[in-house]
Amino acid sequence: MRKKEMMAMLLAGGQGSRLGALTKTKAKPAVSFGGKYRIIDFPMSNCINSGVDTVGVLTQYQPLQLNRHIGIGTPWDLDRRNGGVTILAPHVKEGEEGFWYSGTANAIFQNIDFIDMHNPEYVLIISGDHIYKMDYARMLRFHKEQNSDATIAVLEVPIEEANRFGIMNADGNDKIYEFEEKPNFPKSNLASMGIYIFTWKQLRACLVEAHDRYKDSDFGKHIIPMFLEYSKNIFAYRFNGYWKDVGTIDSYFEAHMDLIKTIPEFNLYEDFAKIYTSSDHQPPQFTGPDADVKASLVAEGCEVYGLVHNSILGPDVKVANGAVVRDSIIMAGSIIGENTEVVRTIIDENTIIGNNVRIGVGDNVPNAQKPQVYDTGITVIAENSVIPNGVTIGKNCAICGVTETLHYHNAQLKSGETLEV
Amino acid sequence: MKAIGIIFAGGQKDSLKELTEARASSAMPVGSCYRAIDFSLSNMVNSGINKVAVITQYNSRSLHDHLNSSKWWGFGTKHGGMFVLSPFLSKDSNTWFRGTADSIYQNITYLKRSQEEYVIITSGDGIYKMDYRDVLDFHIAKNADITVVCKDMHTMDVSNFGVVTLKSDGRVDEFEEKPLEPFSSIVSLGIYVMKRTLLIDLLETIVPQGRYDFVRDIVIRYRKQKAVYGMMYDGYWAGINSIESYYNINMDFLRSDVRDALFFKEPYIETKNKDEPPAKYNANSTVRNALIGSGAVIDGLVENSVLFRSVRIAENAAVRDSIILEGSEIGEDCVIEYAIIDKAVKITTGQSIKGTKHNPKIIRKNSVV
Repeated sequence: MRKKEMMAMLLAGGQGSRLGALTKTKAKPAVSFGGKYRIIDFPMSNCINSGVDTVGVLTQYQPLQLNRHIGIGTPWDLDRRNGGVTILAPHVKEGEEGFWYSGTANAIFQNIDFIDMHNPEYVLIISGDHIYKMDYARMLRFHKEQNSDATIAVLEVPIEEANRFGIMNADGNDKIYEFEEKPNFPKSNLASMGIYIFTWKQLRACLVEAHDRYKDSDFGKHIIPMFLEYSKNIFAYRFNGYWKDVGTIDSYFEAHMDLIKTIPEFNLYEDFAKIYTSSDHQPPQFTGPDADVKASLVAEGCEVYGLVHNSILGPDVKVANGAVVRDSIIMAGSIIGENTEVVRTIIDENTIIGNNVRIGVGDNVPNAQKPQVYDTGITVIAENSVIPNGVTIGKNCAICGVTETLHYHNAQLKSGETLEV
Repeated sequence: MKAIGIIFAGGQKDSLKELTEARASSAMPVGSCYRAIDFSLSNMVNSGINKVAVITQYNSRSLHDHLNSSKWWGFGTKHGGMFVLSPFLSKDSNTWFRGTADSIYQNITYLKRSQEEYVIITSGDGIYKMDYRDVLDFHIAKNADITVVCKDMHTMDVSNFGVVTLKSDGRVDEFEEKPLEPFSSIVSLGIYVMKRTLLIDLLETIVPQGRYDFVRDIVIRYRKQKAVYGMMYDGYWAGINSIESYYNINMDFLRSDVRDALFFKEPYIETKNKDEPPAKYNANSTVRNALIGSGAVIDGLVENSVLFRSVRIAENAAVRDSIILEGSEIGEDCVIEYAIIDKAVKITTGQSIKGTKHNPKIIRKNSVV
């Protein structure tokens, strides 16, 4: 195996429970984003655009769609003879039981053999939760220039929001002397982006020790504090581009609305550092004679006959005559029936909405079952669902499955209600 | 599959004027994101033919660029694959391909090294979806030597086609290329099936006699001596052989029946992936009855038009009944009607470009207006 200077380990096993129905049947990194992409496309594309051609993807929760999407890595040019992409699932080792990945560092610990096989100088740790474009090669250059043992990418956040992040306290040279997870009284505004470069020898030793000390070793909770404990060189690498955590329904929705601004802060349309994705069928998109499409992104294969404003349509979406879609995200292969009105709703893949349906109407009542997930008025309909003709659905609703008229009281699902069949 | 494929993509078509100055007709962009050859290449793969030779010659750069990897069409396999055959110099040959038959003859090793029983020969500039296995079944059932796929064009002017008459049993009777006075509305679609060994024999007979054209010197010349049959096809088929037909083919994609047949019904037509983001409609855009390629950004008005990938339409620009090829930019306050704007063109603010339905105005590739 040829030696690699730096390889990447991409943590993609998280459930992302705050994305509600969107992660019912797939891991968060496999959730669609920006019409034609999936969240994991962003770190994967960053890797290849940064010259990192060896990527281990750690999967655990509902990996089927993720595995299918990644395949052998062809869309990202990661189908390599030497290196490329490897899916790393939890596995049974000789003489003991298998263990699930119990923490972010534990997941890497369980794959030490895989990293050793490539014998890298440095390891990049990233996750499949964020939307951003970043050149990891520049970060590596910084890591080497600082003679760092661990480098953490940080974002300057408004100090009043700093209590929501892992905050790095650093000296004038950006050398980190303290790490605080969600501090009540933040001393700095440098928030960790969950992107690390480690010198592999140092990390390897630390992972082994952490495994003896903690059952669920985690980078933020254990590894970084241990590096500090042993007075290793840890530096903050400042990043000043667009970066968005899309871990909640609201932040996921807002990140989409960012994309449809006339001049978006996050630009998908520039020629360099493209984002790649696996799309097996990509005919052009048709906008009909009576259609009205404004301030929207429309992906390949869509057929739009109705009105679409401030919305994102994934590939192969059909919007029928007389349908109205506002402030919504409609994912691949879904169909919006005639004279149906959809407002502030996220509709996952391959869902069929009947005719004369109204979604997103009524009072903004938080969801009764999961008030912490659905509370900003956005209704979410899971993939492969069916909504029958003529029903009315409120705000903060969650719907999964093939529903029929008999599942609705008076053809209605009130705001904050959940329907699973 | 018991057949190999040959796609003629080397021909020059002067009738396409400026549009083929820089590209072969098989490389003509159609339907927002395809090139003409995607249709025959995809048909080959979708018919289970995994060994295909693409013969190129005239203006082949953009075609070779498009064919840079066989993986787009699923040819990236150990067995079979896509062979791009271009003219070359050797001890025995130092000429360009002198005709379609000669172009196969100069690459006869491709035929001799294959074991498959049949050859399917097509041109690379037809727009259609066809399962060549149906043609092969017909060929075998008729015990034919050569099968020609034909279509009744009804009232259309066919003087640009190979015009055919068939006998009641399906055998080809008359066959004349580009006749002055067409004697039938049935034309050859340029799709042929024959045995590989028969093709080798015929090529080795005719080329040394100085006969270099596949249609004239094999299909037409041998039609009485060999069993040459015509198989009628009635699905969508369109050939690019004039500016007007090129314009009409693109406009055909605004019909939902054409899109359903060519885009949405499996098997799919594949093309080279360019990884463009979704099309972006900005707040003041108006788009009606239009086909839009990915990566396009629209601020103005687009009506009855076909936009390719990464086209930019600025505010207050109006594009009607036009075809805008990849990467072109239409500036503010422009009016574009009945035009074909080739690739990477920049139309500056306030320009007016108008053609007519039967004579669309063409703007050359890479130009600035």
